[in-house]
Amino acid sequence: MTDPNTLSPPSLETHVAAHDDTFLDTNELVINMGPQHPATHGVLRVILRLDGEKVLGLECVIGYLHRGVEKIAENRTYTMFNPYVDRMDYVAAVSNGLGYCEAVEKLLSVEAPPRAQYVRVILTELNRITSHQLWLGTHALDIGAITPLFYTFRDREEVLKIFEKYCGARLTTHAFRIGGLQYETYNGFEQEVKNFLNFFRPKIDEYEELLTTNRIWVERTRKVGVISGEDCIALGVTGPVLRASGVKWDIRKAQPYANYKNFDFEIPTGQNGDTYDRYLVRMAEMRQSVRIIQQAVEGIPEGPIMAKVPKVMKPPVGEVYHSIEAPKGELGYFIVSDGSTQPYRVRVRPPSFVNLQALDMMCRGQLVADVIAVIGTLDIVLGEVDR
Amino acid sequence: MGQIIQYIQSYLRTKDLTPGAAGNVFWALVYIMLVFAGLSVAVIAMNWLERKILAHMQVRLGPMRVGPHGLLQPIADALKLLLKEDIIPAEADALVFWVAPFIVVLAAFTVFVVVPFGPTHAITDMNIGILFMLGVSSLSVLGIVTAGWASNSHYPLIGALRSSAQMVSYEVAMGLAVVSAILMTSLNAEGTGTLSMIGIVQAQQAQAEWFIFKFFPLGLVAFAIFAIAMVAETNRAPFDLPEAESELTAGFHTEYSGFRWSLFFLAEYSAMIAVSSIAVTLWLGGWLRPFPALHGPSITIAHVWPPADPTAPTGALDFVLALFPGLTFLFLAGMCFYSTVRMPKHPFFRIQTIGLAGFGAALALIGLILFWPPVRDRVGDIYWFSAKVAAFMYLYIWYRGTFPRYRFDQLMKVGWKILLPIGLGVLILTATVALLQTIWHL
Repeated sequence: MTDPNTLSPPSLETHVAAHDDTFLDTNELVINMGPQHPATHGVLRVILRLDGEKVLGLECVIGYLHRGVEKIAENRTYTMFNPYVDRMDYVAAVSNGLGYCEAVEKLLSVEAPPRAQYVRVILTELNRITSHQLWLGTHALDIGAITPLFYTFRDREEVLKIFEKYCGARLTTHAFRIGGLQYETYNGFEQEVKNFLNFFRPKIDEYEELLTTNRIWVERTRKVGVISGEDCIALGVTGPVLRASGVKWDIRKAQPYANYKNFDFEIPTGQNGDTYDRYLVRMAEMRQSVRIIQQAVEGIPEGPIMAKVPKVMKPPVGEVYHSIEAPKGELGYFIVSDGSTQPYRVRVRPPSFVNLQALDMMCRGQLVADVIAVIGTLDIVLGEVDR
Repeated sequence: MGQIIQYIQSYLRTKDLTPGAAGNVFWALVYIMLVFAGLSVAVIAMNWLERKILAHMQVRLGPMRVGPHGLLQPIADALKLLLKEDIIPAEADALVFWVAPFIVVLAAFTVFVVVPFGPTHAITDMNIGILFMLGVSSLSVLGIVTAGWASNSHYPLIGALRSSAQMVSYEVAMGLAVVSAILMTSLNAEGTGTLSMIGIVQAQQAQAEWFIFKFFPLGLVAFAIFAIAMVAETNRAPFDLPEAESELTAGFHTEYSGFRWSLFFLAEYSAMIAVSSIAVTLWLGGWLRPFPALHGPSITIAHVWPPADPTAPTGALDFVLALFPGLTFLFLAGMCFYSTVRMPKHPFFRIQTIGLAGFGAALALIGLILFWPPVRDRVGDIYWFSAKVAAFMYLYIWYRGTFPRYRFDQLMKVGWKILLPIGLGVLILTATVALLQTIWHL
């Protein structure tokens, strides 16, 4: 029998493995999973090389959702490009907007006023909660537990209502502007956020009740898709996946942006780097988000919400890289300015795209069912992978 | 023609009309039709109930549009499936593809030949009833394997392989649990065991104890093994790997559509009812009512109680429990009327409101008929049997709403490394305890 760990990844040409005449030897089975498949979270296509149920290797084929977002940026002004970033990780649109706005602010050398910073933190952390809720629901659904999906969607709705009331949109919010915010918070915003926090705290326990100690859930996720901290760093994997492998790296703490340094929160980490740890880390992160929002909503100052930003933005010639901790990992924007109203080049470092690279390493030698679990636990959004 | 009429008349004229007695061709035919119709209705009801119960577990409403509270949804779905284009993939083996769903349906329905709904309510009574049941129900794996193979496609093939391995493995544990129950049938006054389904229930009656409580906790453990294995046997959550939607799209029936797909659906649900019937017959006393040994003080109510049959028990508890079938239907009717009152008053909902009230009235009428003494005394057996099977059906839905899905190797581990040794141990312990207590009186 061949050792699955020494095999190179399958290429598109090796669809049919060479027939082996030796008695009792099995042929490799090449299955195409996706792009139309219930568990690939959109249009990911995975070519699996199987020995029975065992995965010998896999190859991801991406690009089915490619819209050329980075190229579009070169033909739009800095302000006009702002709504486009929401369409990359449409599950965490607010985080995308925050990263882009802060990157351009860095380029312009302006800083958003304190009140805007606080509102940004509140909305971004609320968005982190919704992103993790969506991840939990779909991940559990992939593993066969259908009920958590409906619980998470029910509670996610409460956050989306706050978004809708604040900026009129639920998913692609376009909540922030370069230099601050366009809209002042509506009346009762703080109270509604507080109400949500009180509503949501027991709901996390409700999700955990269904899964955390569930024997089948633990068996399905423990020691599945294991990846070490070193491998994560080597592959550039970030976010909860990295933290579950024991590396305490969170950009909110490591390179504080917005005003995260004002808040008291912890970075939950795991030890084993398996799917169960990643689940626990994300659940703990939801609790930490609640903690951050609580502090932010209590300490929100009065004042202006928009910094002095020129109507026609012409950043000085130069380049900037700014990264934030999006729900899925490090989301970076590299913007090159040639001094005109349009960026010369915008390069996005999407967490999903980089994390997806680890799929092959995490799935080698596991079973087909684990591939589903690992795709779910990587928490990818194909809009962000393909851009 | 005349001969056939004479033949039927000879059965009608016989003094003791015991429906269900072996060899009674006329009643067998009647019961085949009754069981087939009842089963189809049960599958339709189960479809609706599963969607509604699952929906309410998941904070949603489920079907609400077709008919009041979606009551006509299964019928609409069945019509849609029948009218769909019949597709056989070009690369498929057409004949095998065509035959496979029929094998599955045949296996699922044939099982009901020996299911006893009452002491005299069965199509036939075989002296090897339980063996026949296990044997026929395991034939359905043949249909699933052929379906997966004939589709000539990767996902169905993997689904079929998983399915065959799973069903064959769990049958072993299932068989051991069944043997321990059969062992208990010999522990009554006559001291002879039986494989007949009716005989098994009568043994529980003679021993005045459901086998689930016999030699506590041995009967319970054997029952639990069977209850787990039967979920795996019917490919339902959390053992629904053959049709694991998130991995294999739809497993062995990925390539099937329309009428053929609905046959698989029908077979799955009737198989669920079939294995639940086995569990009910073996451990939960079949048609026996709860507390078969308790009767209470003997009471008499003019024209109502005691029943016409002089051999029937006359206790107060018997009377109260005999009213349960009617009360159940009246309760369902009450729920319908309550929902009717709560229906929106908008004219758009007028037809639905009338329909729901009519449905409630029909249920209430059935309930009242079930109070009429001649009917009341004849449906008790069927009622308790159906109620127990319905409890299992609810469990199936509950599992589906609660559990994630096992992985294939874990499923095999549970079957071979956990259920099989426990089943063996229970069998040995049951035999030992039976010898010590009942036979040697130690």
